[in-house]
Amino acid sequence: MTLRDILNKLLGRQPASAAKARERLQLVLAHDRTDLSPDLLDQMREEILKVVAKYVEIDLEGGAVSLETEDRMTALVANLPIKRTLSGEIKIKEQSTQETITSVAEEASE
Amino acid sequence: MTLNTRVILICSGKGGVGKTTLTANLGISLARKGSPTAVLDADFGLRNLDLLLGLENRIVYTAQEVLEESCRLDQALVKHKQEPNLSLLPAGNPRMLDWLKPEDMVKIVDMLSQQFEYVLIDCPAGVEDGFRNAVAASKEAIIVTNPEVSAVRDADRVIGLLNTHGVKPVQLVLNRVRPKMMESQEMLSIEDVTDILALPLLGLVLEDEQVIVSTNRGEPLTLIGSQSPAARCYSNIAGRLQGEEIPLIDPAKEGSGLREKFRRLMQTKIF
Repeated sequence: MTLRDILNKLLGRQPASAAKARERLQLVLAHDRTDLSPDLLDQMREEILKVVAKYVEIDLEGGAVSLETEDRMTALVANLPIKRTLSGEIKIKEQSTQETITSVAEEASE
Repeated sequence: MTLNTRVILICSGKGGVGKTTLTANLGISLARKGSPTAVLDADFGLRNLDLLLGLENRIVYTAQEVLEESCRLDQALVKHKQEPNLSLLPAGNPRMLDWLKPEDMVKIVDMLSQQFEYVLIDCPAGVEDGFRNAVAASKEAIIVTNPEVSAVRDADRVIGLLNTHGVKPVQLVLNRVRPKMMESQEMLSIEDVTDILALPLLGLVLEDEQVIVSTNRGEPLTLIGSQSPAARCYSNIAGRLQGEEIPLIDPAKEGSGLREKFRRLMQTKIF
């Protein structure tokens, strides 16, 4: 938090808009570049979760599947905290798996 | 005569971000530095490059007539009186019956490459036929954008298309930079835009009222040797295109010293 942020808060002003612009742009560009609509992304997210749930029990609340962009490369990033494996072995809840789109595709084809 | 002509597309996707103003000023700058330069207005539906250069009353023929062989290229080229190293060629006029095709643009640019060191193509806004024509004839490109979400988004789309057409290098010019708004973080910063678009920055152009004044007169800032902020920026960009090492203007330093100190104080992370 910077002095400016505190001043803005004290005066009840909105925070500076550049950060918001950057955030909105990154999101919209990730979609533009892949030609994936939010609906399709939602559908894909659900299907991925179903596939993963066949093998391990995951924390549906804490999970996130999103598109991230860096240097004009877009990756599908799934962050899915595992509660336990289906054999009953309990894992540490904080532990998460990060999978790029290629590994997700491999898993789906199994 | 074979010249190592650089054919540079100046494009943006979104309209009104400053393509034509950049083309006019770069053209004049390069010509003043001694390089024979042609500026080609590829936007024949809504052409404006003639107006910015003050050449609107001197157009007789266009590239269209050259292609139909009803006139020679040198008859269609409009030479700038004060800067004879610069010539303008409009691609066509709004009343044209047959639209130009990508092959036509390639042919015209090949002809221009015989006698000019630089061919700057002022690309129409959008990503439709006019854009495709202009891209077909281009070797490298300059993307013009403003630090605004809509302009950056459209620029990103155009960059994708240039990549698929094999145009490179593609460099970025960030236009209409307002140092005060960047200071107060109410405008995307230079790093924000270069990070998002992942392009090398050829230069930035400061917001400057003198641009409108010069447009009114039909005399680009670089023609009258103006030292206004935008004029310095344009001339720096032309220098960098020619391989000179010119440091970027720091928008934060455009304000006063005290203001700069205050800005840094306001941005210090305290927790």
